[in-house]
Amino acid sequence: MAVETTFDFDMMLSSAREAYGEELMAIADEGIDFAFVCSDNAPESCSAGKMMSKYPERCVNVGIAEQDEVGIATGLALSGKVVFAQVFGPFLPLRAADQIHTDAAYNDVNVRLIGTHSGVTSGGGPTHNVIADLALYRAIPNLTICVPADAGQCRKVIRASLTHQGPMIIRISRGGEPDVYANNDYDFEIGKAITVRDGKDITLIGCGPSVYWALMASKELETRGISARVVDMHTIKPFDAEKVIKCAKETGAVMSVEDHSINGGLGGAVAEVLAEANLDCKFKRAGLPDQFAVLGSPEEVYKYYHLDAAGIADTAQALLGK
Amino acid sequence: MSANVDSKLVAQLEDKSYKIRKDLLNFVYHIGMGHLGGELSIVELAVALYYKYMNYDPKNPQWEERDRLVLSKGHCGETLYAIYADLGMYTTEYMLEHFESLDTAVFGQHPNRKYIDPIEVSCGSLGHGLPIAVGLALGARMQKANWRTFVVVGDGEIQEGTNWEAIMAAAQFQLGNLVCIVDKNRLQMSGATADTMNIDPLDEKFRAFNWDVMEMQGNDMADVVRCLEQLPPSTIEKRKPLAIISNTTKGCGVDFMENTWKWHGGGIAKEQLDQALASVEKKYQALIANRK
Ligand SMILES: Cc1ncc(C[n+]2csc(CCOP(=O)(O)OP(=O)(O)O)c2C)c(N)n1
Ligand SMILES: [Mg+2]
Repeated sequence: MAVETTFDFDMMLSSAREAYGEELMAIADEGIDFAFVCSDNAPESCSAGKMMSKYPERCVNVGIAEQDEVGIATGLALSGKVVFAQVFGPFLPLRAADQIHTDAAYNDVNVRLIGTHSGVTSGGGPTHNVIADLALYRAIPNLTICVPADAGQCRKVIRASLTHQGPMIIRISRGGEPDVYANNDYDFEIGKAITVRDGKDITLIGCGPSVYWALMASKELETRGISARVVDMHTIKPFDAEKVIKCAKETGAVMSVEDHSINGGLGGAVAEVLAEANLDCKFKRAGLPDQFAVLGSPEEVYKYYHLDAAGIADTAQALLGK
Repeated sequence: MSANVDSKLVAQLEDKSYKIRKDLLNFVYHIGMGHLGGELSIVELAVALYYKYMNYDPKNPQWEERDRLVLSKGHCGETLYAIYADLGMYTTEYMLEHFESLDTAVFGQHPNRKYIDPIEVSCGSLGHGLPIAVGLALGARMQKANWRTFVVVGDGEIQEGTNWEAIMAAAQFQLGNLVCIVDKNRLQMSGATADTMNIDPLDEKFRAFNWDVMEMQGNDMADVVRCLEQLPPSTIEKRKPLAIISNTTKGCGVDFMENTWKWHGGGIAKEQLDQALASVEKKYQALIANRK
């Protein structure tokens, strides 16, 4: 079942933000109906903007008004459409929390809220970081939460969302993140985590861009004599608890890695599963600490918080006591 | 229109504005990031406030009686940084060294009040400054303090609903110590404000919400001075809050940045910097030539 990853390649950068717009364009070209909403964040130069120019009658720009955007998207969905709404990362969960909760989720409509610039990928400091969204989303009923690992997987999520029932969050980065998958010839199913690399000493569970860094950490760990399994937990809800338990049993140590606060996100979800399963398993959460992050480029900030390959490898090694 | 203004004052503030424009361009060139469009459009306003119309002491930015300036369009903080440097509050070298520099960061694209003394409110997420300014103005009234609160809001930003809640609140509480300035540069991040989500007629909207309204040509210093000279004294007694609609040009002063959303954000290359500085200088010379 091995998937082909970029483990053995030099870094290849792609943009999920571009990819999803291209995918929407392709879907529209195939004659599939949907509506699209944005909030002054899809300029004509980006792929979603091009889609808007080609299919203006199905697209609306509501201006800088994220709450309005989620409300309008909900209304469009209630009128019978599948709705994609692109929202500037931080202002989706934080500004429009009530609308996500009560409009989209409680009404249980087919809205796909695409939060861009997630984690620290935006740069520009804490006002533009997205560190608390998974914690919020996880506690909202009916929501499906997808965090594609790379641009190619983002396309798969968009495709899968066409037939998925209920509201979805699609959490992507700013654009220009490393590819995890060498090609798109692998099966993707919402809610089914993917083992991207096998290993026996520890399992690194990542989501979004952290999957790549976990994969690179496994490379580093290999040189230190540690065999690390890497899992792409692309869906945070419904959560693939079975996969976590299996990995815990097989490798005896689990570490979560995420571009999100260590509180309440992927690490929280893994911890809850492990605790309730009463497993004898070493466990560590890696993520952004409980503070407003330092300012810098994503790469600098990852390194600073030990979320780059070397940092993840160090933390994993320390967990194993080797 | 600007017949009765003090031409010496105008000239001084104009000189300062053109210096600040150049400093700003150099700064953004060095750090490689910024939001030049909206930063250039507020230069005259920010200069007029800091150098003349705010009750402010750069040597004592925590002075209790100071007027407060809330830059709600927080993405334009670098304009203020250039002014702080000119006022001697920080050296440019210090700011460059401490710009988005991990745990030594003091300055960032979106200013943080915990690290920068003269910054009153940390902003960057649009639609927050006006509600906070209403709170500041109410607080001044509760303390019977005479300082005034100015808040600068972008014309795209005002599409956020929080602004309109605060606009109602300021009128309800009759905040005569609050001035909201809308930097109406007619552009937002991805296009024209009118095409995206029209905010006009903005003056009539403010009036309908029970505000007083003044209007100025925000990149014409003579007109800025004319307008701000008419600011009624701040009062904690009940009076209509005041909106100033500042008609500006996004990217003002740099010909290739003017009137295009494409210069909303980003860095600037060396060649562009040189061109930009030349463009600013040319406009400045034209301005001086007209003075006599
Ligand atoms: C709540 C929120 N939504 C979106 C953004 C992203 N954003 C930053 S600046 C900007 C455009 C602002 O336009 P305007 O208020 O007109 O400012 P200016 O033209 O002066 O730059 C946008 C959409 C943000 N910072 N905050
Ligand atoms: Mg504007």
